[in-house]
Amino acid sequence: MNGIERIAQAIDAARQDQRPALVAFMTGGFPTRESFQDHLESLTTHADLVEIGVPFTDPMADGVTIQNSSKVALEQGVTLGWILDEIGQREWPAPILLMSYLNPLIAMGDQLAPRCKAAGVAGIICPDLPLDENDLLKPDLEANALALVNLVTPVTTPERLKQLCDTATGFVYAVTVTGTTGGAKSGGPGNAAPVTETVVDYLKTIKQVSNVPVCAGFGIRTPEQVTALGAHADGVIVGSALVEQLAEGNDPGVFLQYLKGQ
Amino acid sequence: MSAPQDIDTLKQRMLDNEFPDARGRYGPFGGRFVPETLVPPLDRITEGMRDVLHQADFQHELDEQLRHWVGRPTPLSYAARLSESWGCDVWLKREDLAHTGAHKINNAMGQALLAKRLGVKRIIAETGAGQHGVASAAACARLGLPCRVYMGQVDVERQAPNVDRMQRLGAEVVPVTTGDRTLRAAIDEALRDWVSAPLETYYLLGSAVGPHPYPELVCHFQSVIGREAKEQMLRQAGKLPDVAVACVGGGSNAIGLFHPLIQDESIHLLGVEAGGRGVGLGDNAASLVSGTPGVLHGCFSMLLHDEHGQVYETHSVSAGLDYPAVGPEHALLQLTKRAEYVAVDDDKALEALNECCAMEGILPAIETAHAFYGARRYAQDHPGSTILIGVSGRGDKDLPTLQQVNKVSNP
Repeated sequence: MNGIERIAQAIDAARQDQRPALVAFMTGGFPTRESFQDHLESLTTHADLVEIGVPFTDPMADGVTIQNSSKVALEQGVTLGWILDEIGQREWPAPILLMSYLNPLIAMGDQLAPRCKAAGVAGIICPDLPLDENDLLKPDLEANALALVNLVTPVTTPERLKQLCDTATGFVYAVTVTGTTGGAKSGGPGNAAPVTETVVDYLKTIKQVSNVPVCAGFGIRTPEQVTALGAHADGVIVGSALVEQLAEGNDPGVFLQYLKGQ
Repeated sequence: MSAPQDIDTLKQRMLDNEFPDARGRYGPFGGRFVPETLVPPLDRITEGMRDVLHQADFQHELDEQLRHWVGRPTPLSYAARLSESWGCDVWLKREDLAHTGAHKINNAMGQALLAKRLGVKRIIAETGAGQHGVASAAACARLGLPCRVYMGQVDVERQAPNVDRMQRLGAEVVPVTTGDRTLRAAIDEALRDWVSAPLETYYLLGSAVGPHPYPELVCHFQSVIGREAKEQMLRQAGKLPDVAVACVGGGSNAIGLFHPLIQDESIHLLGVEAGGRGVGLGDNAASLVSGTPGVLHGCFSMLLHDEHGQVYETHSVSAGLDYPAVGPEHALLQLTKRAEYVAVDDDKALEALNECCAMEGILPAIETAHAFYGARRYAQDHPGSTILIGVSGRGDKDLPTLQQVNKVSNP
């Protein structure tokens, strides 16, 4: 089974369980390089899909939590190549995607897609690669059956939404708030982004347009949000809240169980 | 990033004024690499730029502001003593005499006027040396727009007078304590602010960098420098210069001087970057001289980064040049060899600053001093030539840095 198929199967399996797929994010090599394999094991066991954030020096779409985790990882010498080597050491229970800004990806050049495929990566999310520039990565990724996940946002125009959904592979990443990752402030359930009627309408619109699954993310940190968003999306994405757990030395799997209401 | 093209073809297309193309590309450079959230506001600015900039009433309003508030045209001064000392004819295009003390005001007023036409209620900006922040604060005050300026903590400390000026002009100055705490971190933070409120905010970007259409927009507003200089050279010197010299950080002052001269191929274009402490990665801010292609802040251009794509911290005695990338038009000018770019280190820039003070009675910005040293070196190799130097700004804002440097040199 190739990367795109593994993503589809994972989301479908969650749907069969009548729940949204849980997509978990962690920054590669945070808080330590040594803990990476253990945390990845925990996340891939408790989540349906896992995103590994490739640290970058200038993460323009990230809030303070992920910015700080990237800084810590970079200080320990974490690179895209190291992350791929770590992922490639074994097979994991859930499909893994990379979430990376463009510059570390293009720095790997022609080797990017083959190395991702060899490591068992299923796809890539690149926040600073807009639709109009997808050709930069998409042909190589498709040649290796790797997904290129497109992001849509509340300010995306209807015309562009259709184009983004039509060209997405794997799933469509529905950013639920205009802002950086983690919401306006990080830390604790009190800062969870509210699931308003506007958000629900936004997700319904995307679902109507998209032929691939829709996963909702940004500012998610409570089981109530997972349930509320999950009613209108195929999956929910949890990032900053999990990175906070890692920063505090907690097992991220426990937090995922909490989000699943278990 | 795009199919390689024959350099001669690229150069001819550049001379035919075909760049930027519809995607904001300058040959292989430029473009728009931003989060999806920023695509709608960038589209709106691009459309606004096409609709508004060439309207007669907009041009009239901008011309009025430039003439009666900015103080344009700025003079072209003959530098008699430098000319004698260097064995050349040296002419100075005096952006230091523009309102707020640097070329930055041309772009700040232009974009602020555009933002107002677009109906935007809130302006954000970033600043390194503080000159763009001051210019933005002043333009916004003039037009009645609220202004927030992001500034790295390091720059807040080394450019204290400009922080005070911005605040007096009514701007909110936000010190940035993340990243390298200089201009680059300030741009990161301004972009994060914009991502959080994309539709109600106008990001008044200060250099010819960033995603399309900013490099084109900034060049449009700064080209007044080169247009005036060309006309003034013909009128006052009776001829065009042999070389036009400008300092290059992000490259707005330099592109403003160079762009109207690109088609005059007899004029050598010489950009001078910050050589800092030396040639090692992390010791300078010379992205054209020492960098390789990469993406930062939404733009594919020359960049100081490592083999893993991580952007390096920079060093320059000049806060205004302390940036790891450069505008994409400069990258194309370098690729096609239409312009030459060199680096001048901290000590030599300060030496040139002292020379300019002593011989011409002008305290230039430390940024500008890099151009003076580059011009002096050119003069040594080309005796008798006619040299045009873009004096990007005045050095009052650098006095704390100069006092600090003097303390170190003469403890």
